[in-house]
Amino acid sequence: MSAPIDAATIWIVIAALGAGSWLIRFSFLGLIGDREMPPLAMRLLRYTPVAVLPGLVAPYVVWPDATGGEPDAARMLAALVTLGVGLWRRSMLPAVGAGAVTLYAVLALQAWL
Amino acid sequence: MSRQRSPYTLGFLDGLPFLLVIAPVGLLFGVVATEAGLDILQALAFSIVVIAGAAQFTAVALMQDQVPVLIVIATALAVNLRMAMYSAALTPFLGTAPLWQRALVAYLNVDQTYALASARYEDFPGWTVRQRVAYFLGAATPVCPMWYVFTVIGALIGAGLPDWLALDFAVPICFLAIIAPALKTLAHVAAAVTSVVLALALAVLPFRLGLLVAALAAMAVGAAVETWTARRAGRRAAA
Repeated sequence: MSAPIDAATIWIVIAALGAGSWLIRFSFLGLIGDREMPPLAMRLLRYTPVAVLPGLVAPYVVWPDATGGEPDAARMLAALVTLGVGLWRRSMLPAVGAGAVTLYAVLALQAWL
Repeated sequence: MSRQRSPYTLGFLDGLPFLLVIAPVGLLFGVVATEAGLDILQALAFSIVVIAGAAQFTAVALMQDQVPVLIVIATALAVNLRMAMYSAALTPFLGTAPLWQRALVAYLNVDQTYALASARYEDFPGWTVRQRVAYFLGAATPVCPMWYVFTVIGALIGAGLPDWLALDFAVPICFLAIIAPALKTLAHVAAAVTSVVLALALAVLPFRLGLLVAALAAMAVGAAVETWTARRAGRRAAA
């Protein structure tokens, strides 16, 4: 277990993240009106989800906390299956289902062996 | 059929299927937040004030790793930058609505409502601004309140869940399931690969700064590859 998160930290993050997220959503709609967005800005923004989330997830896949940072076959296989099914079915729910089944199957196998 | 339905009702019906996604992910956020040490009120406040799943998970994971507050906020906001694109895309349709309505739509502008509205506004070019706002509120009605409700249910189930459930890996699986269908073009794949490689290579940097650097570099790579493929396609069309 890591150290508990300080309550003040939690409230500051909630407030700042809430305000920042709303301002991002309001930005063009509220302030900029229907002026054209520079094409380069659109081009960069299009890639924010695929630029942030893979890098966020990668360390948890390769060095999971639950195993003390040791690479773990169950988690790595589950990640690969989730990614593969998501690419194949182009949909979130089947990918989550397949990933969860893989994770539990391999964890059970590891416990049994 | 849809001619007799009001835009609000149409939006509500369009939004309903998204409960299949909102409910389990909201539940998971409640559970993960509680496991990280947040109480029910804090988890609920997250879902009401921030109302963005991926950013909420990111913030909680980074806080748990004792990352400095400013970096937590910057990284989670980077996850939400895509919403500036949503905001820009809605502006031609809703830009003339009263300010308070635009402020409300901005708050409710999440992945699901944006996806529905941008598709339906093309389907019904004759809608007035008022009807478009009504449709947006209709789509948000099943989606947004249920996000709060399932967060609370998850927080109530919370820390009572046993270790063998391996919940540490629920969030990575969710994120991977979001990422995979989003890998639509070579540019998306290039951005994702850059993000993974740099995040792992820069993992030695303190405070998860490596992730922020990796994300910014990955955005640039995505945009550069898009420019390159567009130019190549243009050249081929011209030839």
